[in-house]
Amino acid sequence: MPEFLALSLPPMLIASLAAIACALPGNFLLLSRRAMLGDAMSHVVLPGIVAAFLLTGSASGLVMGAGALLAAGVSALLIEVIARRAKMEPGAAMAVVFTAMFAAGVVLLETTGTDGIHLDVEHALYGNLESLIWLAATGPASLLDPAALAALPEELPRLAVITALLALALWSLWRPLVISTFDPVFARSQGIPTALVAAGLTAATALAAVAAFQAVGSILTIAMLICPPATARLLTRSLPAQVAVSLAVALIAANGGYLLAGYGPPLLGLPFTVSASGMIATLAGLMLALAAALPSQAAPARL
Amino acid sequence: MVPATPLPTDALSISGLSLRYDGPSVLEGVDTRIVKGAMTAIIGPNGAGKSSLLKAILGLEPATGTVRAFGQPVARAMDRIAYVPQRAAVDWDFPVRVIDVVLMGGYRQTGLLGRITPALKARAADCLSRVGMQDFASRQIGALSGGQQQRVFLARALMQGAELYLLDEPFAGVDAATETAIIQVLKSLRAEGATIVAVHHDLSTVAAYFDRVLLLNRRVIAEGPVANTFTRERLAQTYGAGLVMAMPA
Amino acid sequence: MWQALALQAGYNAALVSIGAALLGAAAGGAGAFLTLRRRALMSDAMAHATLPGIGLGFLVMVAFGGDGRFLPGLMLGAALTAALGLWAVQRLTRRLPEDAATGAVLASFYGFGIVILTVIQGLGQGRPAGLETVLLGSTAGMLRQDAILIGFGGALVLAALWALRRPLSLVAFDPVQARLMGLSPRSMDAALMALVLAVVLVGLNVTGLILIVALLVTPAVTARLWVRTVSGTATLSAAIGAACGYIGAAISAAVPDLPTGPVIVLLAFLGFATSLLLRTGGRANA
Repeated sequence: MPEFLALSLPPMLIASLAAIACALPGNFLLLSRRAMLGDAMSHVVLPGIVAAFLLTGSASGLVMGAGALLAAGVSALLIEVIARRAKMEPGAAMAVVFTAMFAAGVVLLETTGTDGIHLDVEHALYGNLESLIWLAATGPASLLDPAALAALPEELPRLAVITALLALALWSLWRPLVISTFDPVFARSQGIPTALVAAGLTAATALAAVAAFQAVGSILTIAMLICPPATARLLTRSLPAQVAVSLAVALIAANGGYLLAGYGPPLLGLPFTVSASGMIATLAGLMLALAAALPSQAAPARL
Repeated sequence: MVPATPLPTDALSISGLSLRYDGPSVLEGVDTRIVKGAMTAIIGPNGAGKSSLLKAILGLEPATGTVRAFGQPVARAMDRIAYVPQRAAVDWDFPVRVIDVVLMGGYRQTGLLGRITPALKARAADCLSRVGMQDFASRQIGALSGGQQQRVFLARALMQGAELYLLDEPFAGVDAATETAIIQVLKSLRAEGATIVAVHHDLSTVAAYFDRVLLLNRRVIAEGPVANTFTRERLAQTYGAGLVMAMPA
Repeated sequence: MWQALALQAGYNAALVSIGAALLGAAAGGAGAFLTLRRRALMSDAMAHATLPGIGLGFLVMVAFGGDGRFLPGLMLGAALTAALGLWAVQRLTRRLPEDAATGAVLASFYGFGIVILTVIQGLGQGRPAGLETVLLGSTAGMLRQDAILIGFGGALVLAALWALRRPLSLVAFDPVQARLMGLSPRSMDAALMALVLAVVLVGLNVTGLILIVALLVTPAVTARLWVRTVSGTATLSAAIGAACGYIGAAISAAVPDLPTGPVIVLLAFLGFATSLLLRTGGRANA
């Protein structure tokens, strides 16, 4: 039990929170056909983090998070400007922008010798969920011990705050968000600032991507932005149901994936564990495949 | 045309409304008025700018000129205007039910942070039965026929509780039952004092459905009561002389 | 650096530059058709979907007692899972928007690839060190046989593109008309995807799977800013790709610590940004 508290509970909570934080905006990205924005966002986090570290010399999570958010904002703006100016499909504009920013991040990293801090490309790509442990936990009593709780990985409270913020924003702005996603023309005639709503969704995605990225790396971020909402989309007919199912799928993937990665290989007699974030993404993909293989729940496609 | 000076009997007064993109103008200095409490058909050939006129009135197109609704700048009267597009540019696979779409029409009443109240739900159900779609409330919107979808969007407009309804080809491509249902709703709205403006294609039903016509071909050819405006001569001016076929004069 | 650009920095460096140029040309040419078919991000999904295949290929070869890093074996594995990923995207697209299907496949295949990599690390057999270079390409100088392979692969793709340029252009421009003329858009799309897959496989060694999409997309969209015809776009795009590959490889050979792939990508972006400013700078957003 102490071992579970110290080694497994924090990463599972962090993975769960990251999964929820990503699935919330992910539902609306999916419906507004901007799912790949998550792909772009999670790739530009790297240059943001590197640049923030180089400019400030600080390796604090907040500073690097701010840098990542800034990079996400810059990339969203660039994608928008390029897609409009060059009149190209958004996917191509995204590919141009995020590869350039990611490449810049790699070059910065390789040429400036930032090896000192624990910041390497592979870590950024697949996170290090397993290292987010709570050594101060000695038993169930630690859950009520302020001194022990203060030693929780800093990612946990940060993700909790951001997830709560995203949930609150979604709950309070639900109607304008739904209306402008469904029918932008009507939304504008009702006085809803649709451009602002779209920008807000981009900002929420960036926030979720940055928060999740710092804890679980970029693959998991993309998987969690897209797979649970897509799975839920195939299984439900109304939007509240879709969001609820996507959260359930996200939680199952996060916890099931973590447990499979940590306890699966030992059960098979293998003396090692596998990447937790990789396993979570795999499980999320398998759940989507399963939902796609089931007979259709949604209405027949257009007339 | 004399520039329209707002009269108290106007639902809309439009002056100097022009719209152009890269190519030739879509609308050239449209001056006209829409009379309160009447049903007006906007009629004209393809490319005459009929749909664009509705969108320009609503501020959905970057037009120049002035539009006043009920004596106010149109932006301030938007809560009194409802718009039903020809075929809403929406994702028909979107996970919303029919009743959810109708409830969207109540957005102005609840506002940014508002919740849906039981009273609002009751009103949405009422609007749905006015268009004869009460049995479809929990269907997914994409599972309906084109005509049924059109009726749902009319119900959403009813939900807005507007005084002026702008409809873009409400009868285009719909079944006979839908056409009858829609015209009955529109006539009952007029009886309640609402103003109806509809882009209309079927010249044979103009006299039966509408009180007034607005003949448009990028500029206003004529506007007035059906009896003295919807004439062979005016239509020839609107459509070009050769194109007027056997018309009820 | 000038020595490297003039192919005078040694035989190896010259081979690498030429190989990268051929790869760049092949990617630019194939990418032109890919972006015309509006499938830019499909190549990203394909690239990420190679990772589990590389890992599985390694495991299979080690299981049979071979060297896990035998390149053709890794490539075969990569090709198989990338094709599987492409199939999965197409299946999912029947029920989901294409971009969501692409992203879902990209992330879950990639995640599974990472799982396999950690399995390989855990087993600790068959010299797995360096397998991660497929993520970001080789940071140090490329080996001679790699350069030759890349050059040959690039040249083969270029030859195939040249042979298929007319049907590919027709399908890209007007699929309906192409069908009326007896061309099957489906089989041309399949051929195009096969060529893109070949570029991805060859490019893995240079830019890594994360950045390969830039080689396919950026030169193509740059070329479209200058040229209106399909064949013109493909030609110019191939030329831009070749120039970026050549110069990028030369720069990274001359400057220590500069990774080849990212440098090529940044050069391509520079070309794009310059073109965008030159071509639309004077006009307001139209």
